[in-house]
Amino acid sequence: MKTRIVLEKVCVPKRRQLAYRILAVVLALVLGAAFLGVMGFSPMAIYRKMFGGAFGSKYGITETIVKTIPLMLAALGVSVAFRMKLWNIGAEGQLYMGCFAASWVALRFPGLPAYVMLPAMFMAGMLGGGLWALVPAVPRALFGTNETLSTLMLNYVAILWVDYLVFGPWKDPKGFNFPITPEFSEAAFLPAFGNSRVHIGLVFGVLIAAVLYIVLKYTKWGYEIRVIGESREAAEYAGMKVIKNILLVMFLSGALAGLAGMAEVSGITHRLQSGISPGYGYSAIIIAWLSRLNPWGIIVVAFLFAGLLVGGYSVQTIGLSASIATMLQGMILFFVLASEFFTEYRIKLVRREGVKNGE
Amino acid sequence: MFVLKVAVEMKNISKTFADVVANNDVSIKVKAGEIHVLLGENGAGKSTLMNILSGFYTPDSGEIFIHGKKVELTSPREALKCGIGMIHQHFKLVNSFTVAENIIMGNGNSALRLDMKAGIEEIKKVSQEYGLQVDPKAYIWQISVGEQQRVEILKVLYKGADILILDEPTAVLTPQEAEGLFETLRKMAKKGCAVLLITHKLDEVMEVADTITVLRKGSVVGTVNKADVDKRKLSEMMVGRETFLRTGKIDNHPGEELLTLDRVTVLNDKGIKALKGISIGIRRGEILGIAGVAGNGQKELAEVIAGLRKAEDGRILLRGENITGLSVFDRINRGISYVPEDRLGKGLVPGMNIQENLVLKKYRSAAFSRGAFLKISKIREASREMIEKFDIQVSDMYSPVKFMSGGNLQKTLLAREVSDTPDVLVTSYPVRGLDIKAMESIYDLLIEQKRRGCAILFISEDLDALFQLSDRIAVFYGGQVMGVLRPEQTDINEVGLMMMGSKKTGVA
Repeated sequence: MKTRIVLEKVCVPKRRQLAYRILAVVLALVLGAAFLGVMGFSPMAIYRKMFGGAFGSKYGITETIVKTIPLMLAALGVSVAFRMKLWNIGAEGQLYMGCFAASWVALRFPGLPAYVMLPAMFMAGMLGGGLWALVPAVPRALFGTNETLSTLMLNYVAILWVDYLVFGPWKDPKGFNFPITPEFSEAAFLPAFGNSRVHIGLVFGVLIAAVLYIVLKYTKWGYEIRVIGESREAAEYAGMKVIKNILLVMFLSGALAGLAGMAEVSGITHRLQSGISPGYGYSAIIIAWLSRLNPWGIIVVAFLFAGLLVGGYSVQTIGLSASIATMLQGMILFFVLASEFFTEYRIKLVRREGVKNGE
Repeated sequence: MFVLKVAVEMKNISKTFADVVANNDVSIKVKAGEIHVLLGENGAGKSTLMNILSGFYTPDSGEIFIHGKKVELTSPREALKCGIGMIHQHFKLVNSFTVAENIIMGNGNSALRLDMKAGIEEIKKVSQEYGLQVDPKAYIWQISVGEQQRVEILKVLYKGADILILDEPTAVLTPQEAEGLFETLRKMAKKGCAVLLITHKLDEVMEVADTITVLRKGSVVGTVNKADVDKRKLSEMMVGRETFLRTGKIDNHPGEELLTLDRVTVLNDKGIKALKGISIGIRRGEILGIAGVAGNGQKELAEVIAGLRKAEDGRILLRGENITGLSVFDRINRGISYVPEDRLGKGLVPGMNIQENLVLKKYRSAAFSRGAFLKISKIREASREMIEKFDIQVSDMYSPVKFMSGGNLQKTLLAREVSDTPDVLVTSYPVRGLDIKAMESIYDLLIEQKRRGCAILFISEDLDALFQLSDRIAVFYGGQVMGVLRPEQTDINEVGLMMMGSKKTGVA
C-alpha cells in the first residue's frame, strides 16, 4: 500500500491561524527545551527561572517594561513598512541613527532647558532614523532596487558609525577608555515613573500604536498604504501616488525606529555607547510578524519578547549565556514562518490502493 | 462503417472542493477517432473533469478506464503514460528555449545525452503528419500565439499521446488560425486519436464536433451526436433555459466626438512601439469595438487613454481638451473610466473587501471622506446600494474579494466604473471567462451606459459580441488600425482577414 502526500490550498479562519501561531511558539520552546536538555541543564528549571526573572518580581517586571519600549517602537516602525510590502529590515540601523542624532543634540547643546531639549532630541531621533531609511527608499521607489538587502547592509554602516564616534571623537575623556560618550545634561533625561527605570517612552509607544491603528483603519492615507501593499498595480490604476508613498512610509518606518533609539539614550543610558541595542531592530521584525502587523498585537508581543530577553539575562547567574534568549527568538521565528504555510495549505495523505473496491 | 473503439471511459466521477461540488456522478465515453466536445458554462465542471483525466486532480470517487483498462491517474506523468495529453489554455512553454527544446524537454530518453538532431527530425515527421507547421529551431518568443499552440500540441503528440484534451484552444486564435486548428484536430481524429475539446462557443461546436457532452452545474445533461442537434438546442441544454443571442442594436444616433486620439504612438513594456501613430475617435453614445488578436496594441491603447502609459507622440483629446499629459487621477476626475483586463490585482485589490474595492477611485471624494478621514458608514451604505443595484452576489461585506466568482468580480468592477456616470468607458475583454448569464448582464450594463450617452471603447476577442454590440469596429494589427467598419456592412471573414494584417481603405 502506497500513501502519497498531497497539498491542498485552503482558506483557514483567522482564529485557527492564531492557534497555529501559538502552537508554533510552543513547539519552539519544546525544541529549545530539548536543546537545553542535551546540554545537561534541566529545561523546566531554566524556563521557570527565566519566567521568574522576567515577570516574577517588581524589578523583573519593570525591567521587562523597560525593554518593551524600544522593541515596541521599532516593531511599530517595521510594521508600517511591512504593510506596504516594503521589507525594511533595517530597523536596527535606523535605531542607531536615531541614537546618534538625539545624542548629537544633547551633547552639542548641553545648556538647553528640558522643555526645548527633549522635543529637539525627539525630533532629531525621528529625523535621524527616518532619513537613514530614505537612503534605501529612494532607489527602491525610483528604480526598484531590493530594499531587503540595502536596508540590511545599512545596519552595519550605522552601527559602525556609532562605534566610530564613541571610540573616537565623542569618547568621554573621563570614561576610563570605555566606548561611551560623556553623560548628557539632566535636561536631556526622559522623565521616568517614580524611581523606576520605566520612562515616558512607554506612553509614546502606546500613543503611536493607537494613532497607527486609527490611521490605517480610518484614514485615506491608511487606505492608500493598504492598497499599495496589496497591489501596486491597482494603486497606480486608481491614480495613487505610489512613489511618494513609498518614500513617506519608509521615512515613517525609520523615524519610529529612530525614536526607539532616542528613547534608549535619553531614557536609559543617558549617553551614547557602543552596542546600545542588543538587536532590538532585529527582534522588532519577529515581533511585527508574530503580531500580524496589528499595532495592539505588537504591544503584547513586544512585552513577551522583552520578558524573554530579561529572562535570558536572569539565567546568566547559573552559568548559562544570555544568548539563550536569542536562540529561542530564532527558533520562534523559524517555527512561526513554517506555520504560515498552514494558513494557506493543508497536507492530505492519499492512499493509492483501496480504490479497487470503490474507495 | 466500422465501430469506433472506446478510448476513454470515466464512470461516476465525483469531485468536491471545500463545499463546492465540481463534478457530481459524471460518466462519459469518448471513442478513438472522434472529436468529442465538452460543452458547458463556466463553472459547469468541464475543466475539473479534464484535470482529473489528465492527472492533475484525483477524483473523490469514480473509475477511469483507458482503452478498456482500469487506471489510477495520480499525476500528469502517469496520465501521459496512458497516452493522455492536455493542452492548457495558458501555455506552459519556456520562452527563451527553441521550439525543439520545448518539445523534447522532460522526455528523458537518456539522462546524459541529448540528441537534438534526431529530436528535430522526429518533430518534423510528426508535424508533417498532422499538418502542424512550425520551425523547430525558432525561439518561443519569436513565434505567434497560434504557433505556440501548435508547439503545445506537438509536445503531447511527440510524447506519444493518443488522447488529446484541449481547454478552450481558440480563445487566443484568429478565425483563420482556428480553422487551421480544426483541420489538425480532424486529422488527428482520422488517425485514431481521441480528441476532447472544452469550449463554450457554439459555432465551434457545430463546426468541429462529432459528439457533444453537455455539462451543467457539475452534472451531465446529456451526450448527443452533432447531427441530432442545433445551436438553439445546445444552448438550451447548457443554460437550462432558452437563451437568445441579442440582436437589434439600439441606435441612439451617436453624438459629438468625446474622445479623440490623434496620431498617438505608445511603447510597450519592452520599449517597442505598440501603437504606431493611430488616430481614432469615439462619439457620445457610441460603442467602438476594437477587434484584433491579443497583443496587437489593445492593452497599450486602453492604458494610454487611462493615463497609465505615456504617449510618446500624438495627442489625446477629451471633449476637445488636450489631456495627453494629465495623470491617471486627473483623468478619473474628468470622467474616464477603465475596466482593465486583469480584474484581480489591477481592477480590484484581491485581499481587500468589496466595500474597500468599490471606493477605490472615489475614496478621496467629499462623499466618502472628510479631511484625512474616510466616512466608513457612508462607504458601507453606498456599497450596499451598489451591491443591490448591480445584483452582485456577496456572502459577506468583509471578506476579501479574491474569493468571489469571476462574474461577480466583473460586476463589482463595472459597478464601480459606471456608478460615477463616466463620459468615456474603456473596457478590456470585459466578459472573458464569464458564463452566458454573467455575460448577458455585463452586456446589458454596457448597453445601458451607451444609452446614457457614454462613449465606450469595447476591446474584445469575441467577434460575435463585437458584431452585436458595436456601432463601429476598428481592427488592430501590429499597432495600427487596419480599418474601421460598420458591422452591418461587413462580415466576420473580412474582419478576420484584417486581424491578420490586410488593410481596408475607406473609413466608416
